[in-house]
Amino acid sequence: MSNALATLPDKATARVPKVNYLTKENGILSWLLTGDHKRIAILYLISITFFFFIGGSLAGLIRLQLLTPNGGLLATDTYNKVFTMHGVIMIFFFLVPSVPATLGNFFIPMMIGAKDLALPKINLLSWYLYMAAGMLALYTMMTGGVDTGWTFTTPLSTHYVNTNVLTTGLAVFIAGFSSIFTGLNFIVTIHKMRAPGMTWFKLPLFVWAHYAASILMVLGTPVLAIAIVLVALERTIGIGVFDPTKGGDPLLFQHLFWFYSHPAVYIMILPGMGVISEVISTFSRKRVFGYTAVAFSSVAIAVFGFFVWAHHMFIMGISNYAVIVFSLLTMLVAVPSAIKIFNWTFTLYKGSITFETPMLYAFGFMGLFTIGGMTGVFLGTSGTDIHLTETYFIVAHFHFVMVGGMLMAFLSGIHFWWPKMTGRMYPEKMSQFAAVVTFIGFNFTFFPQFILGTLGMPRRYASYPPEFQILNVFSTAGATILGVGYLLPVLYLVWSLKYGAVAGDNPWHATGLEWQVQSPPLTENFPELPIMDHDVYDYEWLEAKEQAALNAKEVPSVG
Amino acid sequence: MRKRCPVSDSHATATGAEAAVHHQHPPYQRHHFETYAQQNDATNFAMWLFLLTEVMFFGGLFTAYMLYRNWYYPAFVAGSHQLSIPLGFGNTLLLILSSFTMAMGVWSAEMKKKGLLVFFLICTFILGSGFLGIKSIEYKEKIEKHHVPGFHYSLQSFLNPDSDEAAKAAGDKPMAPDMARHTEVYFSLYFAMTGMHALHMIIGIGILGFMIFRAQAGAYTTGHVTFVENFGLYWHFVDIVWIFLFPLLYLISRH
Repeated sequence: MSNALATLPDKATARVPKVNYLTKENGILSWLLTGDHKRIAILYLISITFFFFIGGSLAGLIRLQLLTPNGGLLATDTYNKVFTMHGVIMIFFFLVPSVPATLGNFFIPMMIGAKDLALPKINLLSWYLYMAAGMLALYTMMTGGVDTGWTFTTPLSTHYVNTNVLTTGLAVFIAGFSSIFTGLNFIVTIHKMRAPGMTWFKLPLFVWAHYAASILMVLGTPVLAIAIVLVALERTIGIGVFDPTKGGDPLLFQHLFWFYSHPAVYIMILPGMGVISEVISTFSRKRVFGYTAVAFSSVAIAVFGFFVWAHHMFIMGISNYAVIVFSLLTMLVAVPSAIKIFNWTFTLYKGSITFETPMLYAFGFMGLFTIGGMTGVFLGTSGTDIHLTETYFIVAHFHFVMVGGMLMAFLSGIHFWWPKMTGRMYPEKMSQFAAVVTFIGFNFTFFPQFILGTLGMPRRYASYPPEFQILNVFSTAGATILGVGYLLPVLYLVWSLKYGAVAGDNPWHATGLEWQVQSPPLTENFPELPIMDHDVYDYEWLEAKEQAALNAKEVPSVG
Repeated sequence: MRKRCPVSDSHATATGAEAAVHHQHPPYQRHHFETYAQQNDATNFAMWLFLLTEVMFFGGLFTAYMLYRNWYYPAFVAGSHQLSIPLGFGNTLLLILSSFTMAMGVWSAEMKKKGLLVFFLICTFILGSGFLGIKSIEYKEKIEKHHVPGFHYSLQSFLNPDSDEAAKAAGDKPMAPDMARHTEVYFSLYFAMTGMHALHMIIGIGILGFMIFRAQAGAYTTGHVTFVENFGLYWHFVDIVWIFLFPLLYLISRH
């Protein structure tokens, strides 16, 4: 790692500009009423981190309970509430908004050469909705919680539980609006706000991935909203759309719910894939191999993602023919994901690879996401699914994709763009250590769960037969290491705000437009309207530009 | 990308340039758009996307309707006999008329005719409220006849159609209890669909009230009509939902 980029941080521009988006205005109101996409991204970053640690503490409780076969830490009904709130908070308040609302919000306008998102007020509104929903979820948690699982399965949620289904449903409904507004804003911005010369095929792949994810947010989330409205109406006034005693069909709820909640996993993972494309290209000093294929694979994932939802319902009594069709379609969605992984690998091939922290996280993503994706094929195959579903295999599968994949990508992106967002570098050795700790902790936590699942340990139970204990102890120990891996970045990133080395404009020598301006950027991003006169990921253009800047500096010293 | 000026000076140049640019812009152009056309395009596009999310929202209800109508056809026919076509038709007329006045409102805003705009907005407001008034008469009747799904739901009109005026007029035969209880699914959908529609009307009427005050202050007759235009789109969308609800719930399969 000694051959890390020579000019890290960027010595040529290593100063903190007096005027930037952080210093332009002061006072709490200048943040709470801001229209600046960068400030809103920071607000989101703080709140999302807060909810991540709440959800994480709940995960810690679950792992502690499962340390011994008969638990004893939590009563069984409390355990149900804990895993439900873990799911609700992690999915709706962390994973769905994680990359889009923070990094996407901050960098999409900068990457396409715009001054802001198209609808700044809607952007701020989406943060307020997110906060209102989050507070409601916390209120629900403190006043008794909800124990239906994050899936709100009917008729359990409509008839049989006495917990706070309504307030949790309302929280998810509001969070859904926040997500719709973010997605809508991105689509409009990407269509209408591109700088001169910024054609669709010069867009960074990060933008393409967000475009695809936004389509899913805009088309999928309303269907979840109506499903929740119907659950609420059934629970309060007793309409019978999902009630089998009146002729309603609980399977209809499953269809509506998974019509959103399956695409939702692509809402979560696609922006992460966008981060990985940027990071892999930057630290291999190469244009992303097969740019168009990667761009279109994002859109393909979004489109296929809408036609696979019923693979969550193979054991729920849907028709065998539907199972065959959805099984085949599920295999199909693995193709564009594989295209991405192969293209990233080819990008690495003969690249000048360096191992900075974002790259370490990106490698973690590629490996863990591949395992998560491949085990998804086991679950998409109807025969094996009947054995593996509702066991710890499925828990391990989606944690490999969501935590191993998405969370790694989130951390990779945060480390990659931190110098741009704050103008400071974090301690490199420390962050590399954290990346490695996260990777090790993650594998210790979730790999044993694959084995537990194939052995038949069901999910969502507060106790288990004693022969499963050794693997559960492994998993809990791993979770402890993982927890340390997540706490470390918080500490050193906050530390770096004051004590970090000054980063300069472009410490990684990346080609994106966002790296060609000062760090932290001006409120309107660019001193003048940028014109995209080179190709995307054009490292030769960057080299020529940096050389020209050097020459310009040298002239006065000679003369 | 253009060659960047050194960052230390850039703020001065940027603000200088900004100030110059701002003077040429109309006052209602937001700072982050290059041209007013771009701003108008972007906000219109956003509204269309929002309406797309609304289509998906109501789409869930229409899916449920399709499914249960297919399963419980006789119950849906008997259920629709309980709705009053004159009231539904009257409401349809009110809404179509209100769409016309809204479109005229957008036109008046574009033509910068303040008085006309206020007049048409008030017309739309009244017609929309009229729709809700008639809807509430219909709801009241359902409540009285115990056709609201839930604990008080009564199968009387369907098990013994002779005891019910509407069912008798339609010539309904007594239904088997198994099918009759599925009328509750019909009314569940009736209330969910018209209720969600009515909620959209209420929100729309609320915004209309706000717009009437702003229009009187001359806010929409300055050449910047995006808000009126986009609200018009929303209003027409809500109308179109009703244009689908009316035949599906009231008309089809009535003999």
